[in-house]
Amino acid sequence: MSFLHLAILSPLIYSLFMIFFKKFHRIHTGWFILPLPILLFIYFLSFLPVTSNQKMVTETFNWIPSLGINFTAKADGLSLLFALLITGIGALVVFYSIYYLDRMKEKLPSFYVYLLLFMGAMLGVVLSDNLIVMYAFWELTSFSSFLLIGYWYGREQSRYGAQKSMLITVFGGLAMLGGIILLYIMTRTFSISEIAAESHSIWGNSLFIPALLCILLGAFTKSAQFPFYIWLPDAMEAPTPVSAYLHSATMVKAGIYLVARFTPVFGDSGVWFWLVSGIGLITLTWGSIFAAKQTDLKGILAFSTVSQLGLIMSLLGVGSAALHYADLDENIYIVAVSAAIFHLINHATFKGSLFMAVGIIDHETGTRDIRKLGGLMTFMPITFTVSIIGAFSMAGIPPFNGFLSKEMFFTGMVRVTEMDLFHLETWGILFPVIAWVASVFTFVYSMILIFKTFTGNVQLEKLDRQPHEAPLGMLIPPVILVSLVVIFGLFPNLLSDSLISPAMAEILPGLLGAGEEFTVHISSWHGFTIEVFMTLGVVILGIILYRTFPKWKTLYSKIPERMSLFRLYDQLVEGAQSGSYKLTKSFMTGSIHSYLVYIFAFFIFILTATLIGKGALKVDTGNVSAIGIYEWILALFVAAGAISILFVKSRMTSIILLGAVGYTVSLFYVLFRAPDLALTQLVIETISVALFLVCFYHLPKLRKYETRIRFKLTNALISIGVGAVVTVMALSAHSNKLFDSISKYYVENTYEKAAGKNMVNVILVDFRGFDTLFEITVLAIASLGIYGMIKLRGNRRKEG
Amino acid sequence: MLDIVIRIALLCCSLAMLGLIYRVIKGPAIPDRVIALDAVGVNLVAITALISIVLHSSAFLEIILLIGILAFIGTIAFAKYLEKGVIIERDSHR
Repeated sequence: MSFLHLAILSPLIYSLFMIFFKKFHRIHTGWFILPLPILLFIYFLSFLPVTSNQKMVTETFNWIPSLGINFTAKADGLSLLFALLITGIGALVVFYSIYYLDRMKEKLPSFYVYLLLFMGAMLGVVLSDNLIVMYAFWELTSFSSFLLIGYWYGREQSRYGAQKSMLITVFGGLAMLGGIILLYIMTRTFSISEIAAESHSIWGNSLFIPALLCILLGAFTKSAQFPFYIWLPDAMEAPTPVSAYLHSATMVKAGIYLVARFTPVFGDSGVWFWLVSGIGLITLTWGSIFAAKQTDLKGILAFSTVSQLGLIMSLLGVGSAALHYADLDENIYIVAVSAAIFHLINHATFKGSLFMAVGIIDHETGTRDIRKLGGLMTFMPITFTVSIIGAFSMAGIPPFNGFLSKEMFFTGMVRVTEMDLFHLETWGILFPVIAWVASVFTFVYSMILIFKTFTGNVQLEKLDRQPHEAPLGMLIPPVILVSLVVIFGLFPNLLSDSLISPAMAEILPGLLGAGEEFTVHISSWHGFTIEVFMTLGVVILGIILYRTFPKWKTLYSKIPERMSLFRLYDQLVEGAQSGSYKLTKSFMTGSIHSYLVYIFAFFIFILTATLIGKGALKVDTGNVSAIGIYEWILALFVAAGAISILFVKSRMTSIILLGAVGYTVSLFYVLFRAPDLALTQLVIETISVALFLVCFYHLPKLRKYETRIRFKLTNALISIGVGAVVTVMALSAHSNKLFDSISKYYVENTYEKAAGKNMVNVILVDFRGFDTLFEITVLAIASLGIYGMIKLRGNRRKEG
Repeated sequence: MLDIVIRIALLCCSLAMLGLIYRVIKGPAIPDRVIALDAVGVNLVAITALISIVLHSSAFLEIILLIGILAFIGTIAFAKYLEKGVIIERDSHR
């Protein structure tokens, strides 16, 4: 176990120590947590020189080597980018939560245990090279996210949101496990790097497309893509630090990570291109349109996260097309991948700061409803500055980093029109158009977020408390994030060589020759290109739309509520519950009669199918001995007795008839030379007839009516069927006799070896005495059971 | 000769059995059936004896005795049941 492994597992190990921190009531638990992500951040920074030279660090710790499951930690450009995001923003979020969560009122140890679990799981997801290990960490992120969303478990909404996110992400996680197994079947390895290296061999495999779909399902559910985005807005019931951390910066990007990670494997297929970029664009547009409708600040941010994740996803999809053009120099499509990574970083910075700003507003005014808020600019100048920078960056206004990534996004989308594969000659034009429309809406909701909250009239009477600026500690993390927004906006090339280019090398391997690296140059101005005019158009139309927002806002209410995916989910869950209830009700009737019908019907079906299917249906009379007159007569007696049981009216008569059948059977034993059986049969028959009579006597008075057995067609069919099937089976078994009997041995050795002349008894107590022992046990248990049932009845009555 | 006699005897017993079974099924009252059943037992004794002659075996003599005992016990039990409603009475002082 190397230091890298320890770094991944350290949050999990550290969370175990939380029980000791419980005792320190005077110090906020968060202070004990804070050093860990900072140290991890510094530790991961130390990998930067390695990865920026296109190298990677791989450490293997054997876990289950016999199954090929080893904890292989791999830090390359892509993993490191995510690891830095996780630990860096993790540190800021922990710091923020120290001021956000009250030391006395909240259950802090459990909060930080969940948060640490999540951090470790997320590090595990991005740094694992083994798919099974990655899947384990993946599920741990779902699980810890569930715990964090349901942190205030007293609220119904929290529990609902937690359950919803759990159901959807675990559904996707299981699909991903399926994809992993399919990949294993194709490549015989769980290692991502080995699969990527072998990816050419699996193209065209019949399992390729199913594996692709399963993996994408996992990525889309986790990253809240259409139509699985519905859990994200409900996850906003979590404490704001959690929303900032999980639902904007890290967990929702696990799906992005997965798509980026698997681009070398699947990226060359048209299905991948269309699904990733198409779903990404749909999510982008859908999320941005619905974000403008929200009135809850966190709701806006949730939908905006959905939309921005769609943006990154579509860029990754478009970027996968770069794999088709092996020539690096003229490959104009790689810009989409660099835009995706750049926007990934940018989104984490500005969305994190926006969530924290919203948390401050919630904390200091008591509401997040924009209808109640307004004019907070003068009360909270710093929060306002933070928010406006974050929102302008989100809208794509210069000079912030969002502007740069949006420009690159447009560049990537415009270049799709130049592609000549996957029918893009005709459909490619849709990409920039849809992207542009979505950007307009992004602009609109960003403006709503800022100006409805911070400008206009103050509605003090609607607020729970007098608004005021947040404490300094709460402001530090968003200010740090926002200064990153500005720094990356002004000096984007800080990132390009250190983080973006190594990550691109992982997403698009094979395009680089030895020693080459991607040159990413992000500049805020590159002449009067089409992207500039698109941005100008976004700003102008966005301002017009924002100005007229109250007029067209009513359009939203025209969209029928039933069409909403939220409603669909609720109906699905409810339908699954009531449907399975109805299904269970329909066959679990509680009546033994119907269960017997199922059992016997299945018995008939399966035996008939097997007899016919296996060709065992054969009646061979060659080996049958002649039937004498005595057998005929006895068979007649048995049949007559058995059949008349069905038709007699009195129960007493049927018991007697049953006895008669039993005695006749004992005559059969006599006839077939089995004196011991005949003896036992006679005694047992007598006793059981007596027992039947006892039961009969104790029937309750009310039900003592005596009727003939009612005729039911199903019963008749089934009983005739069972009889016929058993008869046919017995005949077939007799006709298909494969080996001679072993009874010859007993005949020869009963006296020789066991010193007895009665062969039946020698078999029972000597050759196969073991069975007898347990049949004695059965009788003992039965008698003890009867005794117990009779004796203990009184006790139960007393208790009841 | 003996063979034919035994066959005739078996046939007669069987016919008697059939008649008795008819009585068991039909028998208007319970005692009719019980008596018929008792007679079935006696008939069984006869049939078993005849069959063991046919099979040249002495292994079935215990069965004859057993049927006799069982038929007796069974009939007594039935009779007691019909008379008193119970077969084994409880101790009166409990």
